[in-house]
Amino acid sequence: MSNILAIARKELKSYFASPIAYIVIGVFALLYGFFFTVMLSFFVRESMQMGQFGMGGPQSMNLNQMLIRPLLQDVAIIVLFMMPAITMRTYAEEKRSGTIELLLTSPLTDFQIIMGKFLGALAFYCVMLAVSMIHIAILFIYGRPELKVVLSAYLGLVLLGASFISLGLLISSLTKNQIVAAVVTFGVFLFLWVINWIASFSGPTMDTLANYLSIIQQYDDFGKGVLDTSHIIYYLSFITFGLFLTAKAVDSERWRG
Amino acid sequence: MIEVQHLTKRYGRVTAVEDVSFRVERGEILGFLGPNGAGKTTTMRILTGFIPATEGNAIVAGFDVFEQPIEAKRRTGYLPESPPLYPDMTVLEYLQFVARIKGVPPVERAHRVRTVMDRTRIADMADRLCSKLSKGYRQRVGLAQAIIHNPDVLILDEPTAGLDPKQIIETRQLIKQLAGDHTILSTHILPEVSQTCQRVVIINKGHVVAVDTPDALTARLRGSETMYVQVDAGGADATAALSRVGGVTRVAESDRRDGVVGYEVESERGHDVRRDLARAIVASGWGLLELRPLRMSLEEIFLSLTTEEAPTAGGSVEPAGVQTAESAL
Repeated sequence: MSNILAIARKELKSYFASPIAYIVIGVFALLYGFFFTVMLSFFVRESMQMGQFGMGGPQSMNLNQMLIRPLLQDVAIIVLFMMPAITMRTYAEEKRSGTIELLLTSPLTDFQIIMGKFLGALAFYCVMLAVSMIHIAILFIYGRPELKVVLSAYLGLVLLGASFISLGLLISSLTKNQIVAAVVTFGVFLFLWVINWIASFSGPTMDTLANYLSIIQQYDDFGKGVLDTSHIIYYLSFITFGLFLTAKAVDSERWRG
Repeated sequence: MIEVQHLTKRYGRVTAVEDVSFRVERGEILGFLGPNGAGKTTTMRILTGFIPATEGNAIVAGFDVFEQPIEAKRRTGYLPESPPLYPDMTVLEYLQFVARIKGVPPVERAHRVRTVMDRTRIADMADRLCSKLSKGYRQRVGLAQAIIHNPDVLILDEPTAGLDPKQIIETRQLIKQLAGDHTILSTHILPEVSQTCQRVVIINKGHVVAVDTPDALTARLRGSETMYVQVDAGGADATAALSRVGGVTRVAESDRRDGVVGYEVESERGHDVRRDLARAIVASGWGLLELRPLRMSLEEIFLSLTTEEAPTAGGSVEPAGVQTAESAL
């Protein structure tokens, strides 16, 4: 365990030692802030109209339903775009600079190295998510959103991000080149998002399957405050599978030399 | 103890190392000598558990590197060809991290880090980023990293590659000081082996071609004794006179300058012809300017072992001598 934490700490530190961390978080904050402003303005206009023409006098719109849910849905999309930048270097950089030789000749198991890298990236991702909580906190000051729904949405975001990370780790472990890792990771993420678009054109079996596979579709219920074990299991098995394949990739790389 | 038995590594159809066996005894520095691409790095990577072997086994500090990799790695310090430094860490942070993953107990970590920094003389660079270090310092930090957990076995892959002459001398001294119970050092620089190592394994194209001490290798490869004689013969041809000396098998002119002629005189093995040569020259009334035995340098041994044709440089090695040497190995 202490080995895992040592690697995780090293990973987290290395994000902040390079410009990547600041750029990723900065761009994320900028986009998120933009979305927040747009949606808030929209929400304010809508609720004023509701107040004027509302049935039976002024009534408040549901803050969770009308603002936080679509906002965090958008966060999921931003994450999809930003995540490759976080995971691309995990293995590719170590292989390029030769430091992988240090890790693989140290008394560490592959599992410890992979878990360390996974937790390091996850910790960085959580720091990024924490930035988005500032805006949500403002909503709590001026409105009365339901905390449990917000928490469930964030749980969903963490699971979604962890799934992305496990897949990003896998792809990074297959190449020495960070750009290749980033582009492939982004492509696969995007595909996993849009895979359910095919659902409406295919038969009932494919329909269910495509919807089930879509990584963003699985997030939907979390945003509504619904904790469905099938979604949680989807993400957990996604993560496990991704990490398992990473372990296999690292091992097979060793045999191929 | 390091024991390598019948190690073979194949990458697809390419065989990098084939049937390599050797041992390293306690307190010994073993030189691993071979041209680039001979399989030195591959062998070292197998020993350190970085890659598995296709066949054969390796025992490091009493543990099989395939069966008990964690135990073997705990006792092995390894410096790869390029020091595995994290560019965005300071030297201190880096060594602390390595100490942690190498399993140095928390209470000893600070002490160990300080000790290795003193021993490798990098203490003044503690807060410098690894990416800002000069080549010499990078190598020293790499060495510090390799010895931080007090390993029984130290494996260094070309530790002096790319350093300037002064740094090379410093690094060699450092290696002698730091050498663990068992040390393997790979290099393609020959003087390094004679200066640093007690025993040499010469490897070429994946095969071990010789294992011995540097001195024994030199002696064994001398099929016949060769003398270099420089004579001021005043224009006369001394070849015939030298050939007449008892025990001399062959005389060849090697250089000529302003009437001064150098000869290479070969004689039967174990037959010291120096006195007779000197007497013959003086008796002829010529001036004897130089008379010394020609020894094969390690360089020549290396070339003769790792190339099929007789080396042209030096000229003192006859193909016959190489063959007898190789069949003797």
